[in-house]
Amino acid sequence: MIPVIYRVISIVAYIILAPLLGGLLDGLDRKISARMQGRVGPPLLQPFYDFGKLMKKQFLAASRLQILMIVSYLFFICLTGVLFFGGFDILLCVFSLTTAVMFLILAATVTHSPFSSQGTHREMMQMMSYEPMVLLTAVGFYLATGSFSISDIIRQNVSAIALMPGFFFGFLFILTIKFRKSPFDLSTSHHAHQEVVKGVTTEMVGVEYAITILTEWYENIFLLGMVALFFINSNPWSILVAIVAVFIVFFIEILVDNTSARVKWEMMLKLSWGVTLICGGLNLFILEIIKR
Amino acid sequence: MEVLRIMVLALVVAPFAMALFPALIRHDKIRAASVYICGVITMVLAVSVSFIWLISFRGEEISFDLPAGELINHVILVGDIFLMALVIYFCVKYKKPLIALLSIVQTVPTCAFELFAPGVKECPEIRIDYLTFIMMLIIGIIGVAIGIYAVGYMDGYHNHHFKHLTDRRSFFLAMIFVFYGAMFGLVLSRSLTWMYFFWEITSITSFLLIGYTRSDEAVTNSFRALWMNLLGGLGMAIAICMCIGIYHTVDIVDVVKNAQDPAMSSMTLLPVALLAFGALTKSAQFPFSGWLLGAMVAPTPSSALLHSATMVKAGVYLLIRLSTAMNGNDVGQMVYLTGGFTFLAASMLAISQSDGKKVLAYSTISNLGLIVACAGAGYPDTVWSAVFLLIFHAVSKSLLFQCVGAIENTTGSRDIENMQGLATRHPKLAMLLMVGIAGMFLAPFGMLISKWAALKAFIDAPSALMVIFISFGSATTMFYWTKWFAKILGSSDTRLTNKDYTRRGEYISMFLHAILLVGLCLTFPLISTYAVEPMMMDMYGYSSPVISDTNIIIMVIMVIAIFVVPGICYLFTRNWVDKDVMAYMGGANVGDNERFVDVMGQPKALRVSNWYIENWFGEAKLFLPSVIISVFIIVLSFGMVVGGAFR
Repeated sequence: MIPVIYRVISIVAYIILAPLLGGLLDGLDRKISARMQGRVGPPLLQPFYDFGKLMKKQFLAASRLQILMIVSYLFFICLTGVLFFGGFDILLCVFSLTTAVMFLILAATVTHSPFSSQGTHREMMQMMSYEPMVLLTAVGFYLATGSFSISDIIRQNVSAIALMPGFFFGFLFILTIKFRKSPFDLSTSHHAHQEVVKGVTTEMVGVEYAITILTEWYENIFLLGMVALFFINSNPWSILVAIVAVFIVFFIEILVDNTSARVKWEMMLKLSWGVTLICGGLNLFILEIIKR
Repeated sequence: MEVLRIMVLALVVAPFAMALFPALIRHDKIRAASVYICGVITMVLAVSVSFIWLISFRGEEISFDLPAGELINHVILVGDIFLMALVIYFCVKYKKPLIALLSIVQTVPTCAFELFAPGVKECPEIRIDYLTFIMMLIIGIIGVAIGIYAVGYMDGYHNHHFKHLTDRRSFFLAMIFVFYGAMFGLVLSRSLTWMYFFWEITSITSFLLIGYTRSDEAVTNSFRALWMNLLGGLGMAIAICMCIGIYHTVDIVDVVKNAQDPAMSSMTLLPVALLAFGALTKSAQFPFSGWLLGAMVAPTPSSALLHSATMVKAGVYLLIRLSTAMNGNDVGQMVYLTGGFTFLAASMLAISQSDGKKVLAYSTISNLGLIVACAGAGYPDTVWSAVFLLIFHAVSKSLLFQCVGAIENTTGSRDIENMQGLATRHPKLAMLLMVGIAGMFLAPFGMLISKWAALKAFIDAPSALMVIFISFGSATTMFYWTKWFAKILGSSDTRLTNKDYTRRGEYISMFLHAILLVGLCLTFPLISTYAVEPMMMDMYGYSSPVISDTNIIIMVIMVIAIFVVPGICYLFTRNWVDKDVMAYMGGANVGDNERFVDVMGQPKALRVSNWYIENWFGEAKLFLPSVIISVFIIVLSFGMVVGGAFR
């Protein structure tokens, strides 16, 4: 068992640092994207300026229930991260994440707005597309390391990725959906002029939208933590490898975002379920035979 | 002991006698009172039998004969023939000769074997153990609550919505009591012949309940239910004849023991496979799901009764009884593959449904699939999950059926599309409905805990195919529940509010369920320690908690957080709002969130519809392939069992 004090430090560090890191990564994302498109791009700290401005805006409520749902969304995403960085059960993280997304969906539908309802349905479709792979990834970690507990998973002699390359690829694939990046930015995109306006976030104004952005930062750090989990083992140097891997993955996501056009939902569902079955399923069968 | 024997006798026989009160009393108010009183008596009887056993025998498994056992044996023999005669009567009336034949070919040999086969080993008729204990409580509490709900519901049903229908409430309420008796008999029986008799009663009573309205559709569907359940009964009858003819026993304990005994030939698996086949039909697994879907034509209380606490639970109860005999062999494979496939297929089909009851029906089939799969795998952990799934499913599904019924009586529609913003129109009903839905899929409520345990169990089993079924099935399950949930919570035109026709009796039953559901979520570690783990001790000789203490604590925190976080947030943010605004409609708002300006410049009602993806998940697309695949699974694995038996 990992001493409680390490768990507490890790959890506190997540709660304080995740928004800062998440915001910085968001700024970096915009900067790199801009350079890829031949623009100068906003300053690195722009997401924080945006956040501050949103917080100061007038609170216009299309439905008074919405803020309750958004705060619950924030809470459950934070809980997911806390469970993850506290070294608890990985399946529990997955369930907590799903519950959080439920609250986002409820937040978007309480207003009865046509645009956010459309976004909600697409968000649900995204959820249905990535959910099997997320669950299978957790299963894969268990088969590879013999434990669901994250504190055990990071103390193996060999990194988990050695046994689960298929799961890793599958997870990378659905990560694009989870980050809401093109070609899978169906439920909301970063560009307000497109056909779904802003999808799920259409009705979120001022403080509400600020909290949603904050939640996304927390979520992104958790998701990148999942990527790191594939690489970390008992050797402290593996942390460095993991950080490099996370940056490579992050760069690939930006590259994909900028080089692909949005697909239709049918394509997303087919592709993600197909990748899940082939990469995740095959790796699962093989692992089961190895471990038998 | 003597007290317990008499009470068990009362528990099995009294509901049949009580059925006479609603059947004979014609005055509405007196009949209602008689149902309430008899219901409460049944509930008290079931709960006290369960706890007297638990306290005075400290949870030790006991078997015994009933006081008038010999007499009951004769009654059962006559009863079997009476049921056959009843089926033949209906089949002649509606010209269904094949179904009559199905009934004859199973009843005649069974009775003949019972009467004339020599040297059948004596077997105690009744057995009480932890599984019986759990089932008695489910039937006694959930089942009876449905009966209480039914009184108020049927009143609204006939007086407000279906005035043209013949009022056969007396018959309906009487049948519900017959059902209780049959279910108690079924879960208490140790002898297969007794079990078979009660099994057939549930088949025929459900047939009568489904045909309640006597419309063409109801008649067709009720006969479909009849033939499918009789087919299962045929499997059971052959199993009984085999057991009597070859092994000279009608004791289910012997059947399970023989199947596990490595010294016996693999022929002993054959009766287990036949019994399991019967259980698959009763729990509406693919390819036999049609009867459960058709049963939705009946008034809602009968759907609630058949599909949550009783009928379908009879099937999974039998499978859990047989689970140790199915562990790691071909029969187990037949059962868990059928169940796993049904779980996935039914949850996909549920996406395309907008009729509330239809969604509930598919979700029932889907969840039963998971329970069946868990029981079929037969490992201690999967059986643990199966029992928890069974408990949580009974409570949440019963609540959901009752809510949809009450909503239909009040608003005149059970279509999910018409439930837009129910939370603002009928907050009480909406809240109950949301508790039920949350119980079905949201972390950390019961169904999810159980599903989680099932997933873990199948990883260890190991069965990669089942892990994939569960992963994909969870995703599709999420989709159909989420969109329903979101529909209820949305805003709505309050001018659409109707008068609430829900009777007090109905609310009492629904609130009882809701409280029970939340209570179960908070106390499930206790249930695990004091009922389910001892049950596993009985079955496997050891038991271990499937979910660790740390995780249980985290989940209890999550349950509380789901209610507390929005509450606290409300207290802090209620003064934040500077201005209420309308939803964004591209500037075409009329003045509220319900209408917009159309191209002619006129206000037009806005309708936001859910997404049903008919051309991907529709019945036309998926139903037949699902039936075909499941027939393949059953035929192939059954062939393997038979082949193995004669090798």
